[in-house]
Amino acid sequence: MLAARVVMEEGVEVEGLNFFTGFCVEGHTHAIRAKDQVKPKRNNALWVAEQLGIKLHIIDISQPYKDVVLNPKHGYGANLNPCLDCKIFMVNQAQAWGFMEENDCDFIITGEVVGQRPKSQRRETMPLIAKESGAHDRLLRPLTALNLPPTLPERMGWVNREHLFGFHGRNRKPQMALAERFGFSEYAQPAGGCCFLTDARYSSKLADLWQARGERDYSLDDIMLLKIGRHVRPAANFKLIIGREEGENNYLEGYRKQFVHLRSVSHAGPLALIDGKPTAHDIDLAARIVARYGQGRDADLVTISAHHPDGVVEQLQVAPIPVHEMNSAWHV
Amino acid sequence: MSEPASPWDVATAQLDTRGLLCPLPVIRTQNRIKELAAGAVLDVVATDPGALHDIPAWCRVHGHEFVCSQQIEREIWIRVRVRRH
Repeated sequence: MLAARVVMEEGVEVEGLNFFTGFCVEGHTHAIRAKDQVKPKRNNALWVAEQLGIKLHIIDISQPYKDVVLNPKHGYGANLNPCLDCKIFMVNQAQAWGFMEENDCDFIITGEVVGQRPKSQRRETMPLIAKESGAHDRLLRPLTALNLPPTLPERMGWVNREHLFGFHGRNRKPQMALAERFGFSEYAQPAGGCCFLTDARYSSKLADLWQARGERDYSLDDIMLLKIGRHVRPAANFKLIIGREEGENNYLEGYRKQFVHLRSVSHAGPLALIDGKPTAHDIDLAARIVARYGQGRDADLVTISAHHPDGVVEQLQVAPIPVHEMNSAWHV
Repeated sequence: MSEPASPWDVATAQLDTRGLLCPLPVIRTQNRIKELAAGAVLDVVATDPGALHDIPAWCRVHGHEFVCSQQIEREIWIRVRVRRH
Protein backbone atom coordinates (compact mmCIF):
# COMPACT_ATOMS: atom_id res chain seq x y z
CA MET A 1 0.00 0.00 0.00
CA LEU A 2 2.79 2.41 0.99
CA ALA A 3 5.11 1.40 -1.84
CA ALA A 4 2.32 1.87 -4.38
CA ARG A 5 1.40 5.25 -2.96
CA VAL A 6 5.03 6.45 -2.96
CA VAL A 7 5.32 5.63 -6.66
CA MET A 8 1.88 7.09 -7.44
CA GLU A 9 3.13 10.34 -5.91
CA GLU A 10 5.73 10.38 -8.68
CA GLY A 11 2.96 10.47 -11.26
CA VAL A 12 3.28 6.80 -12.17
CA GLU A 13 0.16 4.79 -12.98
CA VAL A 14 0.10 1.73 -10.73
CA GLU A 15 -1.95 -1.47 -10.96
CA GLY A 16 -1.98 -4.09 -8.21
CA LEU A 17 -1.34 -7.80 -8.52
CA ASN A 18 -2.46 -10.28 -5.91
CA PHE A 19 -1.49 -13.92 -6.25
CA PHE A 20 -3.61 -16.82 -5.05
CA THR A 21 -1.36 -19.74 -4.08
CA GLY A 22 -3.94 -21.90 -2.30
CA PHE A 23 -2.20 -21.28 1.01
CA CYS A 24 -3.58 -17.78 1.58
CA VAL A 25 -4.89 -17.31 5.10
CA GLU A 26 -7.45 -14.57 4.70
CA GLY A 27 -10.75 -15.27 3.06
CA HIS A 28 -10.88 -19.00 3.51
CA THR A 29 -10.46 -19.11 7.22
CA HIS A 30 -12.87 -16.25 7.71
CA ALA A 31 -15.48 -17.77 5.46
CA ILE A 32 -15.60 -21.28 6.83
CA ARG A 33 -16.06 -21.15 10.55
CA ALA A 34 -19.46 -20.15 11.85
CA LYS A 35 -17.87 -18.15 14.66
CA ASP A 36 -16.12 -16.01 12.05
CA GLN A 37 -19.33 -15.19 10.22
CA VAL A 38 -19.88 -12.16 12.44
CA LYS A 39 -16.48 -10.68 11.59
CA PRO A 40 -16.44 -8.26 8.67
CA LYS A 41 -15.19 -10.08 5.58
CA ARG A 42 -13.03 -8.31 3.13
CA ASN A 43 -10.22 -9.16 0.82
CA ASN A 44 -7.38 -6.97 2.06
CA ALA A 45 -5.78 -6.60 -1.36
CA LEU A 46 -9.07 -5.39 -2.84
CA TRP A 47 -9.57 -3.07 0.07
CA VAL A 48 -6.10 -1.56 -0.42
CA ALA A 49 -6.77 -1.13 -4.15
CA GLU A 50 -9.96 0.73 -3.34
CA GLN A 51 -8.16 3.01 -0.89
CA LEU A 52 -5.52 3.79 -3.50
CA GLY A 53 -7.96 4.03 -6.39
CA ILE A 54 -6.06 1.51 -8.50
CA LYS A 55 -7.05 -1.64 -10.35
CA LEU A 56 -6.25 -4.96 -8.72
CA HIS A 57 -5.77 -8.17 -10.68
CA ILE A 58 -6.08 -11.37 -8.68
CA ILE A 59 -4.16 -14.17 -10.33
CA ASP A 60 -4.52 -17.86 -9.61
CA ILE A 61 -1.00 -19.33 -9.53
CA SER A 62 -1.95 -22.34 -7.40
CA GLN A 63 -0.93 -24.89 -10.02
CA PRO A 64 2.53 -23.60 -11.01
CA TYR A 65 3.12 -22.68 -7.37
CA LYS A 66 3.25 -26.38 -6.50
CA ASP A 67 6.76 -26.60 -7.86
CA VAL A 68 7.81 -23.79 -5.51
CA VAL A 69 6.41 -25.65 -2.50
CA LEU A 70 7.66 -29.08 -3.50
CA ASN A 71 11.11 -28.17 -4.84
CA PRO A 72 12.32 -24.92 -3.29
CA LYS A 73 15.80 -24.20 -4.61
CA HIS A 74 16.60 -22.06 -1.57
CA GLY A 75 14.96 -24.36 0.96
CA TYR A 76 12.31 -23.85 3.60
CA GLY A 77 12.01 -21.44 6.51
CA ALA A 78 11.07 -22.59 10.00
CA ASN A 79 8.19 -24.66 8.60
CA LEU A 80 7.33 -25.64 5.01
CA ASN A 81 7.47 -22.00 3.93
CA PRO A 82 9.67 -21.54 0.87
CA CYS A 83 9.72 -17.76 1.33
CA LEU A 84 12.66 -16.84 -0.88
CA ASP A 85 11.60 -19.07 -3.76
CA CYS A 86 8.06 -17.76 -3.30
CA LYS A 87 9.20 -14.16 -3.60
CA ILE A 88 11.30 -14.94 -6.68
CA PHE A 89 8.38 -16.77 -8.26
CA MET A 90 5.88 -13.99 -7.57
CA VAL A 91 8.14 -11.28 -8.95
CA ASN A 92 8.68 -13.51 -11.99
CA GLN A 93 4.91 -13.90 -12.39
CA ALA A 94 4.40 -10.17 -11.94
CA GLN A 95 6.98 -9.55 -14.61
CA ALA A 96 5.35 -12.07 -16.96
CA TRP A 97 1.98 -10.41 -16.44
CA GLY A 98 3.20 -6.84 -16.53
CA PHE A 99 5.32 -7.11 -19.62
CA MET A 100 2.56 -8.75 -21.68
CA GLU A 101 1.62 -6.51 -24.56
CA GLU A 102 -1.92 -5.81 -23.32
CA ASN A 103 -0.67 -4.81 -19.87
CA ASP A 104 2.34 -2.80 -21.05
CA CYS A 105 4.06 -2.13 -17.73
CA ASP A 106 7.53 -0.60 -17.43
CA PHE A 107 8.61 -1.84 -14.04
CA ILE A 108 7.55 -3.74 -10.93
CA ILE A 109 7.35 -2.44 -7.39
CA THR A 110 7.13 -4.37 -4.15
CA GLY A 111 6.83 -3.29 -0.53
CA GLU A 112 9.95 -5.21 0.52
CA VAL A 113 12.27 -3.69 3.11
CA VAL A 114 15.85 -4.82 3.74
CA GLY A 115 16.08 -6.75 6.99
CA GLN A 116 12.36 -6.96 7.53
CA ARG A 117 11.97 -10.72 7.07
CA PRO A 118 14.59 -13.27 8.13
CA LYS A 119 14.46 -15.42 5.01
CA SER A 120 13.41 -13.40 2.01
CA GLN A 121 14.12 -9.76 2.85
CA ARG A 122 17.80 -9.68 3.67
CA ARG A 123 20.36 -7.41 2.07
CA GLU A 124 21.91 -10.33 0.20
CA THR A 125 18.59 -11.79 -1.01
CA MET A 126 17.27 -8.56 -2.53
CA PRO A 127 19.58 -8.68 -5.58
CA LEU A 128 19.04 -12.44 -5.79
CA ILE A 129 15.27 -11.95 -6.14
CA ALA A 130 15.80 -9.32 -8.82
CA LYS A 131 18.19 -11.59 -10.72
CA GLU A 132 16.48 -14.96 -10.41
CA SER A 133 13.00 -13.57 -11.11
CA GLY A 134 14.31 -12.13 -14.36
CA ALA A 135 13.12 -8.64 -13.41
CA HIS A 136 16.69 -7.40 -12.83
CA ASP A 137 16.78 -3.60 -12.57
CA ARG A 138 13.10 -3.24 -13.42
CA LEU A 139 12.32 -4.26 -9.83
CA LEU A 140 11.97 -1.22 -7.57
CA ARG A 141 11.48 -1.36 -3.81
CA PRO A 142 10.47 2.24 -3.04
CA LEU A 143 10.50 1.81 0.75
CA THR A 144 14.08 0.57 0.92
CA ALA A 145 15.51 1.85 -2.39
CA LEU A 146 18.18 3.98 -0.74
CA ASN A 147 19.78 0.81 0.65
CA LEU A 148 20.11 -0.65 -2.85
CA PRO A 149 21.73 0.39 -6.14
CA PRO A 150 19.62 2.65 -8.39
CA THR A 151 17.20 0.72 -10.59
CA LEU A 152 16.12 1.46 -14.15
CA PRO A 153 13.07 3.58 -13.16
CA GLU A 154 15.36 5.73 -11.01
CA ARG A 155 18.09 6.05 -13.65
CA MET A 156 15.54 6.89 -16.33
CA GLY A 157 13.97 9.53 -14.11
CA TRP A 158 10.56 7.84 -14.07
CA VAL A 159 10.77 8.18 -10.30
CA ASN A 160 12.97 10.52 -8.34
CA ARG A 161 15.34 8.54 -6.12
CA GLU A 162 15.42 11.43 -3.68
CA HIS A 163 11.73 10.84 -3.01
CA LEU A 164 12.26 7.19 -2.12
CA PHE A 165 13.10 5.73 1.29
CA GLY A 166 15.84 3.81 3.07
CA PHE A 167 13.77 1.84 5.58
CA HIS A 168 15.50 -1.21 7.00
CA GLY A 169 15.05 -3.75 9.76
CA ARG A 170 12.02 -5.06 11.57
CA ASN A 171 10.98 -1.78 13.13
CA ARG A 172 7.68 -0.66 11.58
CA LYS A 173 7.65 2.85 13.00
CA PRO A 174 8.93 4.54 9.82
CA GLN A 175 6.23 2.80 7.78
CA MET A 176 3.60 3.81 10.33
CA ALA A 177 4.79 7.39 10.19
CA LEU A 178 4.62 7.34 6.40
CA ALA A 179 1.13 5.84 6.57
CA GLU A 180 0.11 8.70 8.81
CA ARG A 181 1.64 11.22 6.39
CA PHE A 182 -0.46 9.72 3.61
CA GLY A 183 -3.56 9.80 5.80
CA PHE A 184 -3.91 6.02 6.05
CA SER A 185 -5.59 5.50 9.40
CA GLU A 186 -6.31 1.84 8.72
CA TYR A 187 -4.10 -0.69 7.04
CA ALA A 188 -3.81 -4.46 6.75
CA GLN A 189 -1.60 -6.52 9.07
CA PRO A 190 1.84 -4.94 9.12
CA ALA A 191 3.81 -8.13 8.39
CA GLY A 192 3.55 -11.74 7.37
CA GLY A 193 0.86 -14.05 8.67
CA CYS A 194 -0.82 -14.34 5.31
CA CYS A 195 0.42 -17.81 4.36
CA PHE A 196 -0.54 -21.10 5.98
CA LEU A 197 2.87 -22.55 5.15
CA THR A 198 4.41 -20.41 7.90
CA ASP A 199 2.09 -22.11 10.41
CA ALA A 200 3.69 -25.04 12.28
CA ARG A 201 0.41 -26.97 12.69
CA TYR A 202 -0.50 -26.57 9.06
CA SER A 203 2.97 -27.59 7.88
CA SER A 204 2.81 -30.64 10.11
CA LYS A 205 -0.48 -31.67 8.46
CA LEU A 206 1.01 -31.21 5.00
CA ALA A 207 4.08 -33.28 5.94
CA ASP A 208 1.77 -35.98 7.32
CA LEU A 209 -0.17 -36.03 4.05
CA TRP A 210 3.02 -36.51 2.06
CA GLN A 211 4.22 -39.25 4.38
CA ALA A 212 0.91 -41.12 4.34
CA ARG A 213 0.69 -41.06 0.56
CA GLY A 214 4.34 -41.89 0.03
CA GLU A 215 4.87 -38.93 -2.29
CA ARG A 216 5.35 -35.20 -2.05
CA ASP A 217 2.37 -33.94 -4.00
CA TYR A 218 -0.98 -32.28 -3.34
CA SER A 219 -4.15 -31.09 -5.02
CA LEU A 220 -5.95 -27.83 -4.33
CA ASP A 221 -8.64 -29.81 -2.47
CA ASP A 222 -5.95 -31.39 -0.28
CA ILE A 223 -4.51 -28.08 0.85
CA MET A 224 -7.97 -26.57 1.40
CA LEU A 225 -8.99 -29.51 3.59
CA LEU A 226 -5.83 -29.15 5.67
CA LYS A 227 -7.25 -25.80 6.80
CA ILE A 228 -10.48 -27.36 8.04
CA GLY A 229 -11.47 -29.48 11.00
CA ARG A 230 -9.76 -31.81 13.39
CA HIS A 231 -7.35 -34.19 11.62
CA VAL A 232 -6.98 -37.56 13.34
CA ARG A 233 -4.79 -40.33 11.92
CA PRO A 234 -5.26 -43.59 13.83
CA ALA A 235 -3.35 -45.59 11.19
CA ALA A 236 -1.04 -44.96 8.27
CA ASN A 237 -3.70 -45.91 5.71
CA PHE A 238 -6.40 -43.43 6.70
CA LYS A 239 -7.17 -40.26 8.58
CA LEU A 240 -10.35 -38.55 9.69
CA ILE A 241 -11.23 -34.93 9.01
CA ILE A 242 -13.86 -34.06 11.59
CA GLY A 243 -15.86 -30.83 11.47
CA ARG A 244 -15.44 -28.79 14.65
CA GLU A 245 -18.55 -26.71 14.24
CA GLU A 246 -21.43 -25.95 11.90
CA GLY A 247 -19.46 -23.82 9.44
CA GLU A 248 -16.83 -26.52 9.00
CA ASN A 249 -19.48 -29.24 8.70
CA ASN A 250 -21.15 -27.22 5.95
CA TYR A 251 -17.86 -26.83 4.13
CA LEU A 252 -17.05 -30.55 4.42
CA GLU A 253 -20.50 -31.35 2.95
CA GLY A 254 -19.11 -30.12 -0.37
CA TYR A 255 -16.51 -32.91 -0.32
CA ARG A 256 -18.63 -35.76 1.02
CA LYS A 257 -19.12 -37.51 -2.33
CA GLN A 258 -15.36 -37.86 -2.83
CA PHE A 259 -14.76 -39.66 0.48
CA VAL A 260 -16.22 -42.29 2.76
CA HIS A 261 -18.00 -40.02 5.20
CA LEU A 262 -19.53 -40.57 8.61
CA ARG A 263 -22.57 -38.99 10.23
CA SER A 264 -23.99 -39.38 13.69
CA VAL A 265 -27.58 -40.63 13.40
CA SER A 266 -28.76 -41.20 16.96
CA HIS A 267 -27.24 -38.02 18.40
CA ALA A 268 -26.19 -34.63 17.09
CA GLY A 269 -22.60 -34.83 15.91
CA PRO A 270 -20.06 -33.71 13.36
CA LEU A 271 -19.62 -34.70 9.75
CA ALA A 272 -16.35 -36.55 9.20
CA LEU A 273 -14.53 -37.49 6.01
CA ILE A 274 -12.18 -40.46 5.82
CA ASP A 275 -9.14 -39.74 3.68
CA GLY A 276 -7.25 -42.84 2.55
CA LYS A 277 -8.12 -46.50 2.09
CA PRO A 278 -9.86 -47.69 5.24
CA THR A 279 -10.73 -51.33 5.87
CA ALA A 280 -14.07 -52.33 7.47
CA HIS A 281 -12.27 -52.48 10.82
CA ASP A 282 -10.87 -48.98 10.23
CA ILE A 283 -14.35 -47.61 9.50
CA ASP A 284 -15.57 -49.10 12.76
CA LEU A 285 -12.73 -47.41 14.66
CA ALA A 286 -13.40 -44.16 12.77
CA ALA A 287 -17.08 -44.34 13.79
CA ARG A 288 -16.08 -44.74 17.43
CA ILE A 289 -13.86 -41.67 17.17
CA VAL A 290 -16.58 -39.62 15.49
CA ALA A 291 -19.05 -40.69 18.21
CA ARG A 292 -16.67 -39.23 20.77
CA TYR A 293 -16.97 -35.77 19.21
CA GLY A 294 -20.81 -35.72 19.19
CA GLN A 295 -23.55 -35.32 21.76
CA GLY A 296 -23.55 -39.08 22.30
CA ARG A 297 -20.02 -39.11 23.72
CA ASP A 298 -21.32 -40.38 27.09
CA ALA A 299 -23.87 -42.84 25.65
CA ASP A 300 -23.29 -46.61 25.66
CA LEU A 301 -23.97 -46.85 21.95
CA VAL A 302 -24.17 -44.32 19.14
CA THR A 303 -25.52 -44.99 15.67
CA ILE A 304 -23.19 -43.74 12.97
CA SER A 305 -23.90 -44.01 9.26
CA ALA A 306 -20.98 -44.66 6.93
CA HIS A 307 -21.58 -43.41 3.40
CA HIS A 308 -19.39 -44.81 0.63
CA PRO A 309 -18.69 -42.94 -2.62
CA ASP A 310 -20.53 -45.71 -4.55
CA GLY A 311 -23.75 -44.89 -2.67
CA VAL A 312 -23.67 -47.78 -0.18
CA VAL A 313 -24.66 -46.72 3.34
CA GLU A 314 -23.88 -48.79 6.43
CA GLN A 315 -25.42 -48.26 9.87
CA LEU A 316 -22.94 -48.89 12.66
CA GLN A 317 -23.74 -49.24 16.37
CA VAL A 318 -20.58 -48.22 18.19
CA ALA A 319 -19.38 -47.34 21.65
CA PRO A 320 -17.71 -43.90 21.66
CA ILE A 321 -13.99 -44.32 22.09
CA PRO A 322 -12.95 -43.41 25.65
CA VAL A 323 -10.43 -40.65 26.24
CA HIS A 324 -7.69 -43.01 27.42
CA GLU A 325 -7.88 -44.96 24.14
CA MET A 326 -7.42 -41.83 22.04
CA ASN A 327 -3.71 -41.87 21.33
CA SER A 328 -2.46 -38.30 21.42
CA ALA A 329 -0.14 -39.10 18.49
CA TRP A 330 -3.23 -39.60 16.33
CA HIS A 331 -3.86 -35.85 16.31
CA VAL A 332 -2.07 -34.54 13.24
CA MET B 1 -24.48 -30.06 -8.06
CA SER B 2 -27.60 -29.28 -10.10
CA GLU B 3 -27.82 -26.21 -12.32
CA PRO B 4 -28.64 -23.22 -10.09
CA ALA B 5 -31.64 -21.02 -10.90
CA SER B 6 -31.08 -17.28 -10.80
CA PRO B 7 -33.66 -15.27 -8.81
CA TRP B 8 -33.75 -12.61 -11.54
CA ASP B 9 -34.67 -12.31 -15.20
CA VAL B 10 -32.38 -13.94 -17.75
CA ALA B 11 -28.78 -12.71 -17.74
CA THR B 12 -26.23 -12.82 -20.54
CA ALA B 13 -24.14 -15.31 -18.61
CA GLN B 14 -24.13 -17.25 -15.38
CA LEU B 15 -21.20 -18.37 -13.26
CA ASP B 16 -21.39 -21.10 -10.62
CA THR B 17 -18.77 -20.70 -7.86
CA ARG B 18 -20.59 -22.71 -5.21
CA GLY B 19 -18.23 -24.56 -2.90
CA LEU B 20 -15.31 -22.27 -3.74
CA LEU B 21 -13.77 -20.03 -1.13
CA CYS B 22 -12.62 -16.47 -1.69
CA PRO B 23 -10.73 -15.31 -3.58
CA LEU B 24 -11.63 -18.04 -6.11
CA PRO B 25 -15.17 -16.69 -6.76
CA VAL B 26 -13.61 -13.28 -7.45
CA ILE B 27 -10.95 -14.77 -9.73
CA ARG B 28 -13.55 -16.75 -11.68
CA THR B 29 -15.73 -13.63 -11.97
CA GLN B 30 -12.76 -11.56 -13.13
CA ASN B 31 -11.85 -14.15 -15.77
CA ARG B 32 -15.45 -14.58 -16.98
CA ILE B 33 -15.97 -10.83 -17.29
CA LYS B 34 -12.91 -10.58 -19.53
CA GLU B 35 -14.76 -12.81 -22.00
CA LEU B 36 -17.92 -10.68 -22.00
CA ALA B 37 -18.68 -7.59 -24.02
CA ALA B 38 -19.60 -4.23 -22.49
CA GLY B 39 -23.26 -4.18 -21.46
CA ALA B 40 -23.42 -7.91 -20.75
CA VAL B 41 -25.01 -9.01 -17.49
CA LEU B 42 -23.38 -11.77 -15.42
CA ASP B 43 -25.07 -13.60 -12.56
CA VAL B 44 -22.65 -15.21 -10.11
CA VAL B 45 -23.77 -17.73 -7.51
CA ALA B 46 -21.50 -18.42 -4.54
CA THR B 47 -21.66 -20.05 -1.14
CA ASP B 48 -18.74 -18.17 0.43
CA PRO B 49 -20.16 -15.16 2.30
CA GLY B 50 -16.95 -13.29 1.45
CA ALA B 51 -18.12 -13.09 -2.17
CA LEU B 52 -20.87 -10.72 -1.10
CA HIS B 53 -18.23 -8.17 -0.22
CA ASP B 54 -15.38 -9.05 -2.55
CA ILE B 55 -17.18 -9.22 -5.90
CA PRO B 56 -18.77 -5.76 -5.53
CA ALA B 57 -15.37 -4.43 -4.36
CA TRP B 58 -13.69 -5.95 -7.41
CA CYS B 59 -16.37 -4.35 -9.63
CA ARG B 60 -15.72 -0.97 -8.04
CA VAL B 61 -11.97 -1.06 -8.64
CA HIS B 62 -12.42 -2.16 -12.25
CA GLY B 63 -15.31 0.16 -13.08
CA HIS B 64 -17.92 -2.55 -13.64
CA GLU B 65 -21.41 -2.21 -12.19
CA PHE B 66 -22.53 -4.26 -9.24
CA VAL B 67 -26.29 -4.35 -9.89
CA CYS B 68 -27.73 -6.26 -6.94
CA SER B 69 -27.37 -9.30 -4.71
CA GLN B 70 -29.69 -11.73 -3.02
CA GLN B 71 -29.12 -14.51 -0.53
CA ILE B 72 -31.29 -17.62 -0.84
CA GLU B 73 -30.51 -19.92 2.08
CA ARG B 74 -26.77 -20.60 1.72
CA GLU B 75 -26.54 -19.44 -1.87
CA ILE B 76 -25.54 -15.88 -2.63
CA TRP B 77 -26.50 -14.40 -5.98
CA ILE B 78 -24.66 -11.39 -7.34
CA ARG B 79 -25.54 -9.60 -10.55
CA VAL B 80 -22.86 -7.61 -12.38
CA ARG B 81 -23.11 -5.48 -15.52
CA VAL B 82 -19.94 -5.31 -17.61
CA ARG B 83 -18.71 -1.83 -18.41
CA ARG B 84 -15.91 -0.89 -20.78
CA HIS B 85 -12.77 -3.05 -20.38
